[in-house]
Amino acid sequence: MAIDNATFGIQEQALQLQRRRLELIAANIANADTPGFQARDLDFRKALETAQHAANPDAATRSLNGSAPQYRVALQPSVDGNTVDVQVEQGQFADAALRYQAGLSFLDARIKSLMTALSGQ
Amino acid sequence: MSFRIFDIAGSAMSAQSARLNTVASNLANADAVTGDPDDVYKARLPVFKTIMEPGHQDSAGVRVLGIVESEAAPEKRYEPGNPIADADGYVYAPNVNVVEEMVNMISASRSYQSSVDVMNTAKDLAMRTLTLGK
Repeated sequence: MAIDNATFGIQEQALQLQRRRLELIAANIANADTPGFQARDLDFRKALETAQHAANPDAATRSLNGSAPQYRVALQPSVDGNTVDVQVEQGQFADAALRYQAGLSFLDARIKSLMTALSGQ
Repeated sequence: MSFRIFDIAGSAMSAQSARLNTVASNLANADAVTGDPDDVYKARLPVFKTIMEPGHQDSAGVRVLGIVESEAAPEKRYEPGNPIADADGYVYAPNVNVVEEMVNMISASRSYQSSVDVMNTAKDLAMRTLTLGK
């Protein structure tokens, strides 16, 4: 068995996308008081699907890192044009962090089973 | 785990602490009366602006563009007994609205806390990523 992208499968791509989500949501929380700032997030399902159906690994990496974020639809837009809802963002941040940790656990288990196979014990 | 997330949360923390500083100045000077309406302290307000880095579409930090002074008129108080009162017996108090300042203070400290939480979570995730497979 070759240790390549296929070894870690979808988890690696999911992890990269969740990392991007964490960054976007951190930016939303940072700009909670900035007039005119519009909250953004990734469409995780669409981005992962695009990366999965990419013709080659390069195209997959490009789409993982380059897919455009989308603006959140504001429930209660404020007078200064800011569309950040801190409660929503904190919820989404916790969600992304949890999913990132889940991805790490899957990768961890995969690495451990590979190590077991390698050491033969 | 990208380390840009620390820059983003850090920029928010420094912007919010600049805001807390202006609140502190405004509250400290709220009762600094003078006899000259042009010489009186004016409330200071920070102006926040998003920093978009070219080439990094995901990252958006925040920066204090500058501190502006409130244009509101100073409060005119009739205190003929005050030694610094003008010829008509008036002294001028700063245009600081204490209620607004308290609200600003709460909002700034809450936003600061949010950024600290973001940074802590990012640190935990980065640590777990670094110990992957151990």
